[in-house]
Formats: sequence, structure tokens, C-alpha cells
Amino acid sequence: MAEKDTYLIDGSNRRWFLKQSSALTGLLLAPPLVATSAQSTQRQPTVPPSGKRAITLRINKKTYKIDVEPRETLLDVLRERLDLTGTKKGCDHGQCGACTVHVDGRQSNACLMLAVMHQHQEITTIEGLAPSKSQLHPLQAAFVKHDGYQCGFCTPGQIMSGVAIIRQGHANSPDEIREWMSGNICRCAAYRGIVEAIGSVQKEGKTV
Amino acid sequence: MKSFDYVQASQPADALRLIGAAPSSRFIAGGTNLVDLIKYEVENPGTLVDISQLPLTKIEKTATGIRIGALARNSDVAANKLIASQFPLLSEALLAGASPQLRNMATMGGNLLQRTRCNYFYDPSQPCNKRAPGSGCGAIGGYNRIHAILGASPQCIATNPSDMNVALSALDAVVQISGPNGNRSVPVIDFHRLPGDTPQKDSVLEPDELIVAIDLPTPKNAGKSHYLKVRDRASYAFAIISVAARLAVDGGVIREARLALGGVAHKPWRLVAVENQLIGKPATDATFQAAARQLLAGAQPHEHNAFKIKLAQSAIVRALQTVA
Repeated sequence: MAEKDTYLIDGSNRRWFLKQSSALTGLLLAPPLVATSAQSTQRQPTVPPSGKRAITLRINKKTYKIDVEPRETLLDVLRERLDLTGTKKGCDHGQCGACTVHVDGRQSNACLMLAVMHQHQEITTIEGLAPSKSQLHPLQAAFVKHDGYQCGFCTPGQIMSGVAIIRQGHANSPDEIREWMSGNICRCAAYRGIVEAIGSVQKEGKTV
Repeated sequence: MKSFDYVQASQPADALRLIGAAPSSRFIAGGTNLVDLIKYEVENPGTLVDISQLPLTKIEKTATGIRIGALARNSDVAANKLIASQFPLLSEALLAGASPQLRNMATMGGNLLQRTRCNYFYDPSQPCNKRAPGSGCGAIGGYNRIHAILGASPQCIATNPSDMNVALSALDAVVQISGPNGNRSVPVIDFHRLPGDTPQKDSVLEPDELIVAIDLPTPKNAGKSHYLKVRDRASYAFAIISVAARLAVDGGVIREARLALGGVAHKPWRLVAVENQLIGKPATDATFQAAARQLLAGAQPHEHNAFKIKLAQSAIVRALQTVA
């Protein structure tokens, strides 16, 4: 709980739209509260600008309230509005897997999801994977150990897919890993290291 | 991406009312195809009617087989025990398609309506009778390696890209549809259509109708089935050729046969006459080769895809050998 609150107070040094509104806090049951524009922090009750919708997203166990246009993808909201830039935009057409996040535990392409359609689902991004700020997730550590990347751009998506397939029991052999990781492209071709990293975590039987 | 309006439906009746209420509105569920097409401005909806929250996700036994809700996810259907045990052909085809991420998002109804992957359809700077009726066909006389060799028309040589549709065709699946005037059932083999003079229509579904379920009838003879997919890489690619084969063999003699081809036409390619001719024949290579020739009879290749004829015939023989 404390961590949750701290995160949002720290949010004051995030982008301009991430301002905590003390005026609104009392009105809402669940902290943290994130007001979404300079306008909405000044006046209340707020009416979203024409065409925008007030939505609530659950990301990495935190609650975000934000006004979005229906056409805004989850990927763009994460990166451009919430400063969660770990999720990458590669092809933006569901072909490369760089934008992979978990939605209710399922690996999904955030670039093909309209944010307005995914309220109240539990969304996890690469930022929400590690157990704490000082500790890597076992698969993150394995990617470092096994050289599971070169430039690193596809790595967050690779790791999100890797964690999902280990949890789902689809990482039992190098061939099975390759098949179930097929939605994540690595143009540096670090595939050997990626397969080794996922295989090593699966074999060690660590909780992921 | 151009802007659009957005409404969410909570019940099928709601969805039908909303789709009829706004001009140029489209249903959206998984969004894996539609959002992509909106980004390319191939689709330009005025309003999206979100049907992802409708209670249409069940997979359940019926008196005649299994009913799959239109909003069941491709991944859930592929992994479902009832489907994997009674209709493994469908699981196989679903798992051969797309990526784990896309299968987690894509719904069964959406997959039925998946649009062609023809490069000219996807590129608004090019002529395409499917995207812009009357503008011409870029693929005829263009680069047409992935295009149709059967059932095409002078207006369109696009193919249906879905693996699932090929399996559903071989399984005699039936599409359950709700519309403003009530419900109707359409067998999958009649659901998708050939391009003819109206290639903009992929299926017989009207814009104000909603797919609510897919029924899989239990086959008379259990038999064996196989989905063989031939593609440019080992995984995560559309089929160049695919074969959904189902065969019931008793004492070396064929009792029941279903053969559907993907990657060759505007719809899964099935010829019931060829299947009927297999009944009573010995399950041998000679029989399979004859069926392969008959299924490809009348094939019309284009400049870059003549290889598909031989490839399809070989794939048919191999798929039948696998299930014999």
C-alpha cells in the first residue's frame, strides 16, 4: 500500500499530465488518483473534451484514471501518456511482439488494443515484473546471464512472452520455446540466447 | 489513425440496436485485424461497437456436437479439452495460425471474418476492387505469388488467410447468426463466398448481423484428421497452401472423407463430389493422387503462383497419407 502511494507521489516528477490532485483525492475511494490534464486538476466535476472518454486502467497493480480518445491504443497510452516506456513500439501492426504485455495474465500485443476496451483488466508491463526496484525478475536475470539480446529493443516484449509461456507450460524444450516465442522477432537474432534464458528458468523450476 | 466514435454493448440485442443506429459502424471484438486495417486506413469506421463484453464465450456440449461462442478466444478454443479430444483438427489449425499473443486476443467470430492479406488490399495507394469497388485489381498483372489459383474472378484473386476457416470447412461447421429480423444458421461452406463481381463481400454476413456461435456437429465416423500447413517459415506465417483432411478408413477402405484447401481461393476450397468419390475406394496413394488432381482441376495460376498447383496436390496426398 505504501509502495503504491509512494509511486504516485513520485509521479509528480513524471510527465505533465501525471499530477496528483489533492482536491479530487477525497472524492475517490481508491488511491492512487491520477488526474489527466491541467484542466481537470483545476475544475471539477470534470467533463472530458469532446470525443474523449474517462477511463480507468489497472496497470502493474496501480489504478490510472485518464481521458482517452477511442482511437488511442494501449501501447500509445502506456508510452505517451503514462510514461511507461518499457513497452516498445516496433512494427505497430501486431507482427513483431515488441509491445507484448500481459492482460489478465495473457500475453497480448498492446499495439492492436484500444485502451478504451481494456478497463478493469489487470495489465502487466515489463515495469511490473520485477519483485522490487533492487531485484530483477528471474527471467530478466537469465537474459543477462545468457546474452538474450544485443540492442535490447525487443527485450521487454521477449521477456513478457517468455514469462507467459513458462507459466503456461509451453517452455519444455528448445523447439517448444521457439514455437511459442514465434510472435517475438529479434532483428539482432539473439534467438539462441533467448531460448537458453527461457529454458534455464523453466529447468530451475523458479516461480515466475 | 482517423478518429471514430465508440460505444460498448452489454447484450447481443444491444449490439444489434447499436450497429443499426450509427452510419458506417463496425463491430469490434479482439481487434487484431480491424485495428490494423484502421491504421492503414483500409477500414474507416465512423463508430466502433465494442462487443467484447457480450456473454458469448462458452464452449459447450449440445445434442448434436459442440457449440462454441463467437467471442471465445482462439487460444481458449485450441486448448479446450472437449475440442482437443473431439475436434483435434480445429485445435491443430488454430495453433498453426498467428502468434500466441494474437491467438489470446482473436475471437472465433473475428477469425471467420478475417480479411485477405493481399498486399494490394492493404495498400490504399493501389487499385483494389475489394477495398474500393471499381478501382481495379493490382494483383492481376502485379506480384501475385500468394494469390488464388481457384475460384477467382477478373475482379479479384485474393485468398482467405484463415487457418481456422479451412478446418471449420472440413468439420461441416455451422455459423449461428443474429440479425434485426431474427436468427439464421449458415454452414461454413456457404458462409464465405467467391469474389465474382462483388469482391468487397467476403461472406454472406450482412453488416447489421452478428455472429453468435459456431456449431461443430459430431461426425458419423470418428476417423482421423490432420491440418497440414505449408508456409515460408516454420512458424508465424500465413499459409501458402494448407490442407484440412479427415478420413474414416475401415479395413483399408475409405468410409468418409473431408478435404478442404487453404491458400488457394477466396474461401476454403472443398469439392463434395471429390469427397463422395473417395467413399468405397482403397486408402492408397493412387486414390489420394487422383483426389488431389480432381480437387485442383480447373486451377488457373497467375504469373508468380503456378507452383501452388503441384504444391497443393503434394500437400493433399501427404495429408491423406497421414490420416489413412
